Amino acid sequence: MANSRETLLEKYSAKVYKNRKDHLLQLAEGDKNAAIAANTRAIPGVMTARGCCYAGCKGVVVGPLKDVLVITHGPIGCGFYSWGTRRNKAKTDENTDKNFIPYCFSSDMQESNIVFGGEKKLEQAIEEAMELFSPKCIMICSTCPIGLIGDDVQAVARRTEAKYGIAAIGYSCEGYKGVSQSGGHHIANNGLMRYVIGTGDKKPKTKFSVNVLGEYNIGGDGWEEERIFKRCGIEVLNLFTGDASYEGLKSAHLAHLNLVMCHRSINYIAEMMKTKYGIDWIKVNFIGVEATCKSLRDIAKYFNDAELTKRVEEVIADEVATIKSDMEHYKSKLNGKTAGIFSGGSRSHHYQVLLQELGMKTIIAGYEFAHRDDYEGRDIIPQIKEDADNKNIESIVVAKDDKFYKETYTEEQIANLKSAGIELDTYGGMIPEMIAESVVVDDYNHFETDELIKSMKPDIFLSGIKDKYSIQKAGTASRQIHSYDYSGPYSGFRGAVTFARDVAMAIFTNAWPLVTPPWKNKPMLTGKLKEVG
Amino acid sequence: MLDLTPKEVKERSALRINPCKTCQPVGAMFAALGVAKCMPHSHGSQGCCSYHRMVLSRHFKEPAVASSSSFTEGASVFGGKANITTSVKNIFEMYNPDIIAVHTTCLSETIGDDLTSFIIDLQIPEGKRVVHCNTPSYVGSHINGYFNMMMGFMNYLTGKTGMPTGKTAIFPGWVNPGDIRELKRIAKAMKVSTVFFPDQTGVLDAPMNGKYEMYPEGGTPIEEIQNLGDSNGLIALGEITCIEPAELLEKKWKVPFTLLPLPVGVAYTDQYVMALQEESKHEVPEELEAERGRLVDLLLDSAQYTIGKKVAIFGDPDVVIGLTSLALEMGMVPRYVITGTPKEEFTRKVEALFSQYATTGCTVKANADLFELHQWIKNERVDLMIGSTYGKQIARAEDIPFVRAGFPVIDRYGGPLQPIVGYAGGIRMVEQIVNALLDRFDRDVVDEDFEIVL
Repeated sequence: MANSRETLLEKYSAKVYKNRKDHLLQLAEGDKNAAIAANTRAIPGVMTARGCCYAGCKGVVVGPLKDVLVITHGPIGCGFYSWGTRRNKAKTDENTDKNFIPYCFSSDMQESNIVFGGEKKLEQAIEEAMELFSPKCIMICSTCPIGLIGDDVQAVARRTEAKYGIAAIGYSCEGYKGVSQSGGHHIANNGLMRYVIGTGDKKPKTKFSVNVLGEYNIGGDGWEEERIFKRCGIEVLNLFTGDASYEGLKSAHLAHLNLVMCHRSINYIAEMMKTKYGIDWIKVNFIGVEATCKSLRDIAKYFNDAELTKRVEEVIADEVATIKSDMEHYKSKLNGKTAGIFSGGSRSHHYQVLLQELGMKTIIAGYEFAHRDDYEGRDIIPQIKEDADNKNIESIVVAKDDKFYKETYTEEQIANLKSAGIELDTYGGMIPEMIAESVVVDDYNHFETDELIKSMKPDIFLSGIKDKYSIQKAGTASRQIHSYDYSGPYSGFRGAVTFARDVAMAIFTNAWPLVTPPWKNKPMLTGKLKEVG
Repeated sequence: MLDLTPKEVKERSALRINPCKTCQPVGAMFAALGVAKCMPHSHGSQGCCSYHRMVLSRHFKEPAVASSSSFTEGASVFGGKANITTSVKNIFEMYNPDIIAVHTTCLSETIGDDLTSFIIDLQIPEGKRVVHCNTPSYVGSHINGYFNMMMGFMNYLTGKTGMPTGKTAIFPGWVNPGDIRELKRIAKAMKVSTVFFPDQTGVLDAPMNGKYEMYPEGGTPIEEIQNLGDSNGLIALGEITCIEPAELLEKKWKVPFTLLPLPVGVAYTDQYVMALQEESKHEVPEELEAERGRLVDLLLDSAQYTIGKKVAIFGDPDVVIGLTSLALEMGMVPRYVITGTPKEEFTRKVEALFSQYATTGCTVKANADLFELHQWIKNERVDLMIGSTYGKQIARAEDIPFVRAGFPVIDRYGGPLQPIVGYAGGIRMVEQIVNALLDRFDRDVVDEDFEIVL
């Protein structure tokens, strides 16, 4: 295992080697400060798993807003592929007058729109959308040709607001922007911060209200978290943005605390809300029993309320007792197994914790589109150099809001909370949590996935749909960790059991021993040894 | 489900809602996966390639390999020549295909990348090949991408030596590997020596043997594509999907073609069998005739449950035309027949079927979407829906039995391994349709009408 990285890199041409060597680490014992290259261009032709800016903006952040009519401005494909394919579950609630999640809206641009401009068709599409649905908010997501032909989606959004008296936001999230989905997350964060958060006045009902940022409710994860919060007496204002609504997000700034699940996709909002409204954020992780307990305790410590702390401890005791025997059962089956995880930009960290609870070792972990801070922790941010691709993604600067800015704690108190072990307003990253000799890969590609599985032979590999079947064909159990293979939820207490069940199911499927036909192990010719004497 | 869809239908000229088509490049990728040891390559942003691989893997439950030029903003301004050059070098070095099949995207088309000249300038390793086709996403649908990629391969590779191969070329159209296997079986029974192009069998239904092969055994060999010009003849299946490649083969290499509807149902399979007979001058073997007889027998046996039943059929044009023909053979009323692909020829073909069966009061539309279909259904219900997975929303909203067929079917397993074409495919479809109707009947009837025998 020790030379997996070198063995892999040696197979590359000099040019690819030079690029990839800094994106691939094999951790030495106690190496908590290993540096990695990240958030740089993928090399053309290497079969990166990455998607595009549009996928990050529309697919990840904006698409799940259930009461927003999201129009994909472009040819039909982008809208089609992001229609119902991500499992960001949503249901109608008191904030949702209309639920657009089952729908796909596109301006379906034709050749003449590319030649003569598409703004007119987009405005006509908006008019038709207004007539049919009269939504209170329309968001427009741009695909590749839009920026190239010069359609101004922001101007269209402003005209829409003026004409219909609704909210409209245009996103210039053309696919070629940035180096991955990550640019799209940032663009979407900027839009929500500029135009949505802070425009509402729906006050929290309790003094323990939170937004769960970077929770997309895949497979219902957010609902399992809400169930636990409700038991503890913690009020969830918004899941960002799974099962979220425009209506709810408007008042997100009135929350007492932000919790960050997927650091990569939403840390911008967490930081901007801290600057603008003084709201602290805690990096939480609801994947894994211990992690869930710690996150709940951190929240209780932050609110520093005896009654809340007591309830949290009661809930933890009750929930843990309920799942204890199930977890022990699966641990007995999975103990000592090894795993690889390739995910987007946070899950590879989160799931290592849960795998460890099941007695499993994560020997390979990687991200599609993470930045250095996701690997190494936020302390590295001042050292990250901007390149031409990152500079194309706007970073907006926010100032203290006169009306709503309110600090809960002084800097000294925050420092004390941090030293008590709460990841407050910061994130330590994935690498410090990883075991010696494990391999870390940034912007993993098909070749590397294949090679690492061959050399390190994990018992299960968790990745996405594009890798799933090639991994499985090679004889390794494989599950999608983006979509949970249509299972879930995997978060919280109950989710941990579901995940454990699914991992055990993948490894111990009865069909595995059937892969080799019996005649392959049977000699063609049979005979008897002649008896001697 | 779909609670916001109003009953009242209003003409829309700009807003597409719940499409019944997707964009060209995925069709090009699918076609290229039907060529042996081929790496499809998407010349555009990474997202296109990622999305296309995703939908193909979700439909076939198989790896769908493909690479991307990974455009950045810089490439979008200065052109993608450097990206394709780097890509091709890396692909041959890392993934060693025999051929790279490049298709464009709306990005590279909009900036006007000239792939023909880029490819001339490439350094391609000895014995390897790079071909391309243009697939602007803002023209037509994924069906265009499929046939454009076929023509891309032919334009680059096909020639004519004058030495006949003795083989009949067959263009199977956009179907599943299970369909291509069935089409091959029928051709073999008719003693026709064939070359199928493209041919995803083996590639998108690769067997599990514990070994991952990036290029599993399967796909049309490059040599066979080169020899297409020397084919005895061509049978092109799918009058909309395959007409352009068929015309190209005839125009450039003087190969005569027979253009047929996709052989779904009795009559269209008969046409395929007879076209094969034209090629081989061989009697239709008894086994095939018996198979046909079994399908007709099943139609007669089950007709009382299908006659007069209203059905909505949606999806890709040739699959829909075939299924409409089968539905009419079952005595059903194809009340709504739509495709998202903007081809008016589709409407004419379906209308011809309506008049052939003297069916009136049915609606056919090309360039339609599922939102509109849903609105029609709200105004006049159907008893059954047949089409791709996305119809499940309407089926649930309106509580209508639903049989899956076409592309993409991303919520069921085993479909791509099985045919809908040929007599065997007909038997499979009739069974599914009749079962769907009878399951509903059994579910809905009151206890005293609940029958043991049907």
